[in-house]
Amino acid sequence: MMIPFGHALSFAAALFVLGLTCVLLRRQVIMILIGVEIMLNAASLVFVSASAYWQQVDGQVFVILLMAITAAEVAVALAMVVYLWRRKRTLVADEFNGMSG
Amino acid sequence: MTTVLFYILGFIMLTATLLCITRRNPVHAVIYLVAGFFALALMFYLLGAPLVAAWQIIVYAGAIMVLFLFIIMMLGLAPQETPEGPGWRRWGPLVLLSASLMVCTVLLIMQDPAAGKEIGDFYLAPQAVGEALFGRYVLAVEMVSFQLLFATIGAYLLGRPLSRGEGQ
Repeated sequence: MMIPFGHALSFAAALFVLGLTCVLLRRQVIMILIGVEIMLNAASLVFVSASAYWQQVDGQVFVILLMAITAAEVAVALAMVVYLWRRKRTLVADEFNGMSG
Repeated sequence: MTTVLFYILGFIMLTATLLCITRRNPVHAVIYLVAGFFALALMFYLLGAPLVAAWQIIVYAGAIMVLFLFIIMMLGLAPQETPEGPGWRRWGPLVLLSASLMVCTVLLIMQDPAAGKEIGDFYLAPQAVGEALFGRYVLAVEMVSFQLLFATIGAYLLGRPLSRGEGQ
């Protein structure tokens, strides 16, 4: 592997910006969650390439912990999506603009 | 050889992600994202992380994305796509914002002296990761397991039948 560290980081930055664009652009709650997933994966790519650059194990350990945390986050977020759907029969984020009932 | 492969995989990953965020049907978006995650898993493998690569496929592509697909199909979101696509006036400024953010980030990364140094050959056997995970980081593992338990309880509470007056 003879790639500069900066190129791996640039790939991660591009992935993160794509995820951010998805969160800002899309109006559906599911697509916003997908954007968050993309950003988390960009963070994983930074951790793994830093782990390879410094030849240390810690980066990969953090990615594994990150995956477990993501699984927990997705479980709660998708339960919330189902809850929102049952309340208003829509998943467009702009529709959820009231604080009570 | 592996160097070229890394760039090809990175290109595939970015293309699949770009297609994912522009699809109007959520099912198509998730499938494209799975393709992107496969490319990302292979990049992890090339960066010397075979265990993380395997878990990327098992946990992300296998479990989390299938959960997304399950929810999308359960709620029947697939046929009725988002009402109107975002027009130029909506996503023009946003793309400009993201592109300038991207350029600034890459310029900052390239300015750093470490950016030019090459990533050497590195391969970490799963055993070493496991020893670190259950040795030095065992407390973090315990905390994450608690968090998974809380998430299960939270998902259960959110999934209860709605009480009267809560529905639409």
